[in-house]
Amino acid sequence: MNRAPRGTPTPPTATPTPVPAPAPADAGATASGGAAPASTARPGTVLLGQGMTRVYHDRTVLHGVDLAVPRGQTVAVLGPSGAGKSTMLRCLAGLEPLQEGTVAFQGELLSRAGSAPRAAGGRIGMVFQQFNLFPHLTAAQNVSLAPRKARGVRTAEADARARELLTRVGLAEHTDHYPYELSGGQQQRVAIARALAMDPELMLFDEPTSALDPEFTREVLAVMRDLADSGMTIVVVTHEMDFARRGADRVVFMADGRIVEDGPAQDVLTAPEQERTRRFLDQILSE
Amino acid sequence: MGGFLDKVVSSQFLSATLLTFELTVLSMLIGVAGGVLLALAKGGPRTLGWLVDGYVWLFRGTPVLLQLIFVFNVLPLWGLNLSPFTCAVVALSLNEIAYMAEIVRGGLLGVDRGQRTAAHMLGLSEVRILRWVVLPQAARLVLPPTGNQFVGMLKTSALASVVSVQDLMLTAQRQAAADFDYVGALCAAAVHYLVLTTLLTFALRWIERRLDVTRRAAARRDRRPPAAQPGTAALDPTAR
Repeated sequence: MNRAPRGTPTPPTATPTPVPAPAPADAGATASGGAAPASTARPGTVLLGQGMTRVYHDRTVLHGVDLAVPRGQTVAVLGPSGAGKSTMLRCLAGLEPLQEGTVAFQGELLSRAGSAPRAAGGRIGMVFQQFNLFPHLTAAQNVSLAPRKARGVRTAEADARARELLTRVGLAEHTDHYPYELSGGQQQRVAIARALAMDPELMLFDEPTSALDPEFTREVLAVMRDLADSGMTIVVVTHEMDFARRGADRVVFMADGRIVEDGPAQDVLTAPEQERTRRFLDQILSE
Repeated sequence: MGGFLDKVVSSQFLSATLLTFELTVLSMLIGVAGGVLLALAKGGPRTLGWLVDGYVWLFRGTPVLLQLIFVFNVLPLWGLNLSPFTCAVVALSLNEIAYMAEIVRGGLLGVDRGQRTAAHMLGLSEVRILRWVVLPQAARLVLPPTGNQFVGMLKTSALASVVSVQDLMLTAQRQAAADFDYVGALCAAAVHYLVLTTLLTFALRWIERRLDVTRRAAARRDRRPPAAQPGTAALDPTAR
């Protein structure tokens, strides 16, 4: 039942329980922390996109973008709609093929021009704007499905872990609810728990709060901040300036399929170097 | 009137009803299984898709009766001697596969793409995504039209009487020919058909309810004390 590791230097997942249980808070958040066992990847960079170019029909939406994400960093990707933020995220996730460039995950080639991206096998967790929960399964079943079916974890064990993760995101009371019984914010938190169940090295968030009412946005952002504090590597495409300011280490500003500005969150947000960034920030903040 | 009631409960009509039922269920089972396979094949390589299109075009574009008589009369010429019942199952299911392929394809298309994307990112293989994520959701979409097909098949199966399958239809005709009580015989057959379609409708409704998560959730809440009510969101993302 186990996924063939495809020559990946991940720890063997043949037996259940190998993976470090719910990312211990304050675990080695930084680079060389022994968090990634047996990984031959350079410890510094979890995800590396180089020269990423994406063309739809004959429109280029991503122009040779480079992005390196070091372990433990929280990167907020900002920019006007149509800037290519979500496309870049999907390319990094291996969900879209590249016309030029490469994406490497943990030092291993995930995607390159001219061939279909490889699946990261749950080691890259992704959270979507529309949650994409499985509507026919309860919250706990949503969370335990992939560990059970992709990693062969026994049902009882996967279920216990699912309840643990749901408790961590504040949903201990809702483990047996179906998605339609949950609010948007609750659904998104289940989606986060679902991704965490595969013990990802990296979490990608694609506008996780854009479909939520403001009151539910807060609870999702709180969970994300919590995750960042626990040392998780995060890339989030967002319009939430507040999260970028207080939750992110680094801000990447995109426009017209290019990275216009990239630096520590404080610097980019308070003293942007580029005119394009300044205009965008003025516009957002005046709203 | 007495003739009618006697016929309704006569052993000929009862065993004919059983035969009609078997014919319908068998053809339908093969039809659904084949339809799922063709629908999946259509999502595969392009040439396979064309073959499926050709199949649907052929079997949906000609009368079932023609297909039935073809199977009954032509297969023996090719050295394949099947019983009338088997011939009927073959013809009816070949036809049904064509319709079910389209229905299932619609169901698969009805499952949001984001579901596959999410499952893919969770590390599930294509086969497992299909088995655990896509098909369970497609099943809910496909059930009502499949129910229609089922009821339709029950009635279409009467065509099998043409190739001498002793089903309800043929039994009614033979009985009528014996004593000229057409009204009694046909009405007896009609009653049996109605009983079958009614039972089938109830069965389908039951399955539909079972697959409905809203009902499932309600049942769960009934079993449990109202510890967690939906809507009263416990907004405590800080709880670790």
